Amino acid sequence: MKSVDELNLPEDYRFAEDHEWAKLEGDKVRVGLDDYAQDQLQAIVYVELPQVGDSFKKGEPFGVVESVKVVVDCYMPVGGEIIAVNTALVNSPQLVNESPYDEGWMIDVKPTDVREMDTLYTSESIREAILEKMEEEGQ
Amino acid sequence: MKEKLGTTGLVMNEPLLWERGGNGRCGFSIPRRDVESFPINEDLVGPVPDFPELSEVDVVRHYTRLSQWNYGVDTGMYPLGSCTMKYNPKVNEKYANLPGFAGAHPFLPPSMAQGTLKLMYDLEHFLSEITGMDATTLQPAAGAQGELTGTMLIYAFLRSKGIHRSKFLIPDTAHGTNPASVSLCGFHPVPVKSNEDGILGPEAVAEVMDEDVAGILVTNPNTLGFFEENIREISEIVHGKGGLVYCDGANMNAVMGIVEMGKIGVDVMHLNLHKTFSTPHGGGGPGAGPVCVKKGLEPFLPVPRVVQEEGTYRLSYDYPGSIGRVHSFYGNFGVMIKAYSYILSMGPDNLKKASQLAVLNANYIKESLKAAFNLPYDRPCMHECVFSDKQQNVHKITTLDVAKRLIDCGFHPPTIYFPLVVAGAMMVEPTESESKETLDEFIETCKAIANEAEEDPDLLHEAPKNAKVRRLDEVTAARQPCLMG
Amino acid sequence: MRYLPHTDDDISAMLKVVGVGSLEELFSTVPEDCRKKEPLDLPDPLTEWELNQHMASLAATMATMPEYKVFVGAGSYEHFVPSSVLSLLGRSEFVTSYTPYQPEVSQGTLQGIFEYQTLICRLLGMEVANASMYDGASALAEALLMATRISKKKKVAISRLIHPHYREVVKTYLWPKEYEVLELPYLKDGKTDLSALDGMTELAAIAIQSPNFFGCIEDLAALRKKASEREAMSIASFTEALAYGLLKNPGSYGVDIVCGEGQSLGIPQSFGGPSLGIFASKMNYIRSMPGRLVGKTADKDGKRGFVLTLATREQHIRRERATSNICTNQGLCAMGAAIYMASVGKNGLRELAKLNYDKAQYLKRRLEEAAFKIRFVSPTFNEFVVEFPSNFEQTYNRLLDQKIVAGLPLASYYPELTNCYLLGVTETKTKEDMDILVRGIES
Repeated sequence: MKSVDELNLPEDYRFAEDHEWAKLEGDKVRVGLDDYAQDQLQAIVYVELPQVGDSFKKGEPFGVVESVKVVVDCYMPVGGEIIAVNTALVNSPQLVNESPYDEGWMIDVKPTDVREMDTLYTSESIREAILEKMEEEGQ
Repeated sequence: MKEKLGTTGLVMNEPLLWERGGNGRCGFSIPRRDVESFPINEDLVGPVPDFPELSEVDVVRHYTRLSQWNYGVDTGMYPLGSCTMKYNPKVNEKYANLPGFAGAHPFLPPSMAQGTLKLMYDLEHFLSEITGMDATTLQPAAGAQGELTGTMLIYAFLRSKGIHRSKFLIPDTAHGTNPASVSLCGFHPVPVKSNEDGILGPEAVAEVMDEDVAGILVTNPNTLGFFEENIREISEIVHGKGGLVYCDGANMNAVMGIVEMGKIGVDVMHLNLHKTFSTPHGGGGPGAGPVCVKKGLEPFLPVPRVVQEEGTYRLSYDYPGSIGRVHSFYGNFGVMIKAYSYILSMGPDNLKKASQLAVLNANYIKESLKAAFNLPYDRPCMHECVFSDKQQNVHKITTLDVAKRLIDCGFHPPTIYFPLVVAGAMMVEPTESESKETLDEFIETCKAIANEAEEDPDLLHEAPKNAKVRRLDEVTAARQPCLMG
Repeated sequence: MRYLPHTDDDISAMLKVVGVGSLEELFSTVPEDCRKKEPLDLPDPLTEWELNQHMASLAATMATMPEYKVFVGAGSYEHFVPSSVLSLLGRSEFVTSYTPYQPEVSQGTLQGIFEYQTLICRLLGMEVANASMYDGASALAEALLMATRISKKKKVAISRLIHPHYREVVKTYLWPKEYEVLELPYLKDGKTDLSALDGMTELAAIAIQSPNFFGCIEDLAALRKKASEREAMSIASFTEALAYGLLKNPGSYGVDIVCGEGQSLGIPQSFGGPSLGIFASKMNYIRSMPGRLVGKTADKDGKRGFVLTLATREQHIRRERATSNICTNQGLCAMGAAIYMASVGKNGLRELAKLNYDKAQYLKRRLEEAAFKIRFVSPTFNEFVVEFPSNFEQTYNRLLDQKIVAGLPLASYYPELTNCYLLGVTETKTKEDMDILVRGIES
C-alpha cells in the first residue's frame, strides 16, 4: 500500500470523507474514487453504478465497488441527478485502479446545489486527514 | 534432525471429466430391462444431456486423483477457528450407511420407521440436556438455517402478542451469517461494540436496547474465543425491554457440561452438529443446525415433531402456532445419526472432558506463541485464540503469507481475517483431537515461520510451493467468471 | 477414550505452560451463576461393540429393500447407486475437509464442484449452477426470494401441484417479510391452470414443478410465455432430477431459474436428508444468485486451478445485504451427484431414464387392465396417481402387512382427491414386483 506521500490527490479536485472525488466541469460534477480508496481496495473486480435519471442527496449511496474480499458503498459528494455513467467500468473495472481520476470516472451529476462542493475537502486537507488516520492505526 | 511435516509427493494431474473418455464408454451397471419400451410423445423428449463417456476405471482414477489434492482432518491438524475441525469417527459413517437408515423413505408409515423416529426423539433430548434448554428441533439443515429458524421463532413469538419490532442487536464480533439471517426475517441489524476485553459490556447493550429491538444475537463463547461474562446482565437488559436472547452455539465445543445455556438468559440457540458433534464437513456440507428453545418458544417450533406415546413414536403436526417447515422432510437425518452415535460413544463425562481439553489446547497454543505473534487480547481464552500479523507487518509479511507458508509446512492454516474487529486476524482452534505432540509440532512450525518472516520473507511470499497449485488469480476469477466447462 | 489423545502427563505439562493448576481453573472467566452444577444426564458411553448392536437393532425396525417394496416417490426416490460411487465418496480427503477457503489444498473439492456445476448446467440446459443449496424446498424458497430482490416486487404465484412440503417451506420463508404467496389451481388433466394468472399483477415470479407432484409433465413453454406477459420471472422446480435424462430440459424453454431436488443422482434416501438442493439460472442474474460458486482460473505459474469466486454476494462479506445467509451447503452430496453423473454418463443416462418411464408405464397399464382408474390423463415420468375404490384403505393396510407400500395416500394433501394414491416406480422395481403388487391389490 502507498504511503501518504505517494498518494496522488490532484489540486483541482475536491474530496469527500469517504474518498470519492468531485470535479466541477461546467454545469456538471464528475465523480469517482480517489487514489487512497483504490489503493486500499486493491484490485477492483466489479462496479455497480446507478441508472441515468436516478437522483440522490449528498451522502446517500449511489453505487457499490467490489474487490475480491471487500464490498464498499460509494456516497454522493454532492446531491443531484445522474446524467451519465461510465459504462466502460462494466467490462473494465480495473480502470478505477489504473486511472482513478480520468478513465476510471464513475458518474456525472447535475448538482441540485453546487455550493455543496465547498463543503468538501481540498487536496491538502484530505492528505492531512489520511495521515492522521494512518498514524491512529499505527502505520 | 527431526523431519519436517510438510513434504513433496507425487500427485497426478487430472483433466476435467469431459476432457477424458471415449465414444460409448459407460461406468454404470444399469438394472435389467424386463419391461417393453413404451411410446412417448416426441415433443416431450429432449436431446441426451452432454455427459461424459467414462468407464468405471476412468471414474475411479479421476476421483482418487482429485482426492489426493485435498487436505482433510484425517491428513493433519486443521485449526480453523470457529469451525471445530475435530476428528470424524469412522463408526459414525458406518451407521449412516446401514441399509435400514440409508434406504429409508421419509414417507414410510410410522409403524415401519420406529428406529429413525426413536433416534430423532432421543437426539432431541440429548441436545436439550447438553444445552440446558427445554425443547429441540432437528429440522434446520445447517447452522445458518438454524439461525434463520431461531430468529423466526422470535418473530413468531412477538407477532403472537401483536408486537412488531424492526431491529436486532448484533455484536461487532458476529459471524456473517448472523446479520444475514436476521435480515431474512425482516429485521434491521444494529451493531454493538465489544469492549477492550473483547467481550460485550452491559452499558453498550443498554445504550442501543429499546422497545423496537426484537432481540440480541450473541455468540457465546464469542469469535475472539472469550466467554461473554456479562451475559446474564445483558439478558436482563434485553428481556427488560421485551426482547429475546438468541445464542449462536457454533462455539459450544468449549462448554459442554460446563455452562448451562438455559440458565444464563438464552431463550433460543442453535448448535452445529458438523462442529461440536463430530459429523464431517464434507468439503462444504452437509451439516445440521438443530435449534433448542425455552418453553415459551416451544409452541412455535417447526413441524412435524416426533412424539412418543406408550413406547411408540410418531410424527405430530398438532402445533397451531408453529412457523411451519424449513426443510422438505425432517432435516439431515443422515447427519443426525452421526451426532447421535458420537454422543453415545462419548457419554457425559467424556463430552465434558472434550470441552476441557479443547480449552486446554487453545490456551497452550496461546501461551506458546504469544511471543512470536501479536496477541491483541492477552487474557485466558476458551477453545480458540486470536493472533494478528502486527509483528510481521514491519517485514511486509501479512497473515495471508503466514497462512500460505503453513500449507507448505504440512498444516492447514487457521481462519484468517476473521473476526473483523482484529486487523489481520488469525483464529486458531485446535480442538481436543490434537495431541500434545501435534500441538508442539504446530508451535515449532509457527515459530520457525515467524523467524522466516524476518530472515527470509520470500519463503512466505512465494508460498505455497508444495501444494498442487501455487497462489491463484482470484481477481481474474471475479472479473471474468468462468463457472462451467 | 480413543478420540481424546491426552495422557495425564500431557495434561500436567500443558497446565504448567498455561500457568493454571487444574482443568477447572481454565474456566475462571465463566461466572459461577452460569455453571452447570450436576453432570450431564446422558446415557453412559457404549463400547463400539455395544453401539454396533444398538444401531443394528434400530436399523432393523425400518421398512427397506430388499424385504419391503415401497412404491412411493413424492420427493424421495429409490434408485440404484453403484458401489464405485459410494466407495469414492467415502474417501476421507473428500469427507473430512472443510469448505475450500484455502484453494491450494482443496483443488480436489474445487475441481469436483466445478465439474458438478457444469454437469448440472448440461442436464438442465442452464447457463450457471451454484455449488448446492440444502434441498429442493429451500432452493425454491431462495429462488422466489431472488426474484423479489431483482424485481423489487412482493408477490409470487406458485402452483398447487408443487410438492406440498415445498409450498410449506416457501410460505415459512416468505412470511416474515410479508411477501404474498398466491396458489395456482390445477386442471382436470393433472396440470397447473395457468389461466388463473390472468387477473394477477405485480408478480415477482411464477413457479411450477415439472414433473409435478401428481407425476405429470407440465407445459414449460406456457409458463415462460405467461411469465413474460406478466413481467415476472419464470421458475421451474422439480423433485425427480432423473426426469431430465429423458425430457426436454427447462433451459430449452428459456426459463429464468431452475431449482429442485438432486437426491435421485446417487444420494441415499436417508429418511429425507441430507439431500441436494440444485439451483441454476441465466448468467445475467449471477450477482443476485445465492450459494457458493466455483470458478476456473490460473495460478502464479499459469497452471489451471479452481477457486471459490464472486464471494462478495455471500454472507461472510456482504453480511446483511448478502444474497442469502447460506454458509454450509450440501457439498459432499454435490460431489456424490457428480460422481454418479460421471458414472452413468451420456450413454447410461438416457437408458436409465427411459427405463424409469417404461416401468411406470408398465404398472399403469397393468392397473388399467385390472380396471383401476388412472386419475390424470397427462403424460408422466415415473410417478402417477391412481384412484382406487372407496374401501381401498383395508387393502392398503393388508398390503403393508405383506411388506408392500402401495403408494402415498393423497387425501391429507388434496382433500378433494379421496381414495387417490400417488405411486412411484423406478429401475429398482422388477416386473415381478409390479405383478405381485397388482395381484395383491386385485385380491
